[in-house]
Amino acid sequence: MSLSKEFTKGLWNELPPFRLVLGLCPVLAVTKSAETGLGMGLAVIFVLTCSNMLVSSLRNVIPRKVRIASFIVIIATFVVIVELTAQAYFYPIYEKLGIFIPLIVVNCIILGRAEAFASRNGVIPSALDGLGIGTGFTLSLTVLGGIREILGNGTIFGAEIMWSSFRPFTFMVEAPGAFLSLGLLLGIMNACSKSN
Amino acid sequence: MSESPLWTVSVSPHVKSRESVEKIMWTVVACLLPPLILSVFIFGLQTLIITLISVISCVATEAISQKLLHRPITIRDGSAVITGLLMAYIIPPGVPYWIPILGAIMAIYVAKHLLGGIGFNIFNPALIGRAFLLATFPVAMTSAWLTPIRDAAVFKYMGTGIDAVSTATPLYVLKHYGMAAVLEKFGSLSTIYSDFFIGWRPGCIGETSALLLLIGGIYLLYKKYITWHIPISVIVSVGFFTWVFGGEKLFTGNPLLAVLSGGVILGAFFMATDYVTSPTQKTGKLIFGAGVGALTVLIRLKGGYPEGVCYAILLMNPLTPAFETWFKPKRFAPPKGAEK
Repeated sequence: MSLSKEFTKGLWNELPPFRLVLGLCPVLAVTKSAETGLGMGLAVIFVLTCSNMLVSSLRNVIPRKVRIASFIVIIATFVVIVELTAQAYFYPIYEKLGIFIPLIVVNCIILGRAEAFASRNGVIPSALDGLGIGTGFTLSLTVLGGIREILGNGTIFGAEIMWSSFRPFTFMVEAPGAFLSLGLLLGIMNACSKSN
Repeated sequence: MSESPLWTVSVSPHVKSRESVEKIMWTVVACLLPPLILSVFIFGLQTLIITLISVISCVATEAISQKLLHRPITIRDGSAVITGLLMAYIIPPGVPYWIPILGAIMAIYVAKHLLGGIGFNIFNPALIGRAFLLATFPVAMTSAWLTPIRDAAVFKYMGTGIDAVSTATPLYVLKHYGMAAVLEKFGSLSTIYSDFFIGWRPGCIGETSALLLLIGGIYLLYKKYITWHIPISVIVSVGFFTWVFGGEKLFTGNPLLAVLSGGVILGAFFMATDYVTSPTQKTGKLIFGAGVGALTVLIRLKGGYPEGVCYAILLMNPLTPAFETWFKPKRFAPPKGAEK
């Protein structure tokens, strides 16, 4: 498989929330707006790429039996870096994401990529895999957050875009709206792949 | 389908009857029309417009959904018309005209067709439509109540803003200001009983007239389209639990007022008895109805909303499959192993 394919597969074929259907907890919880979705996605790109590279470079050193524990320690290290950085330099978004930044540690996507890909491949393909999956995750979160923000609040990235008499659908920024829009997007994507 | 097949293959039970889904559905529609006509004289002509928009958008959504999902188009069976009527009946009479359109999309496309179409929906579509509208537009859905018109001036509320004319429902007054305030606002108890029974009270479009809803419900009972178990157990349980817990001390609540206000009669006869989302066996029906009544009173007395019939039925709907398993009818065949 060519190197560019390692990157592009994360954008459609293995698009995390819709194709792998992994990491749904942050997908549902932090997509109240495009901004939080994007922030969460960027954090995941960083953690995923770094942990993939480190896991892959240590893949011949880590004993098979304790690999999951080792992966978690590696991932947790990068998550703490993200958390402290966000706290120091991006405080507003840190406050909005709250508990979901530390929870990146247990995000299935990251552990899944470490186990399924990085522990079996070289450093460069693993880095590209992490970047690709992370980018796909970020795009999905931003699009989902954007849809929910436009319908539920009438804004996108905080800017008013709907006409003045538009009444926001409060429903969309609450939990049922997350499930509904995720399900509908998933359905549209399945319909698209089916017709291809 | 281009040509009709000579035979149809369907799952059991194979019952021969002159009744058909269409006939039952259109009869229910007919039973639901008198309260609509009366509502024009209570709240004005816009109730008719809201209901028409609701029905038309439900039927249109049904046709489009079935087209999109490659299912046979069955808008002639009247089930979408009923959903449209019921949804309009449980929204306030002063809402903007576009509100029922959104509710219809949610009710028919999401709650009915995405969950499998007629016969497979877990929840009552009309109630999901209303719950969605209440969560999405809380201001419009909880403040667009109108004071009943006494002089048949049906154009009174046409084109006026909600804020200019809104009032409070009896249940809202009861919940927030107590029984004394209800008596002050709506007159003496006997006036309240007679007004509420005929329908002259603030409330949703089609829920106010206990009299006309009862006539419709009793006709459905007479035609055996529904049985008495669910409606009676809902009404009795609302009355009972209100009597026990509704007053300041135990056993001092007013059961008659509780049954006549809100959507109890409409819900008991026309929503809780929905074939798809309620049990089919007698014991199951009785417990289902009692559960609806108990949850209604719980939401009314302790919940955040003044009225709870909608959520009570929605909460009982998904228990229907469990009731079917728990309360099976006795088998006619000899018990297992009896032949040996």
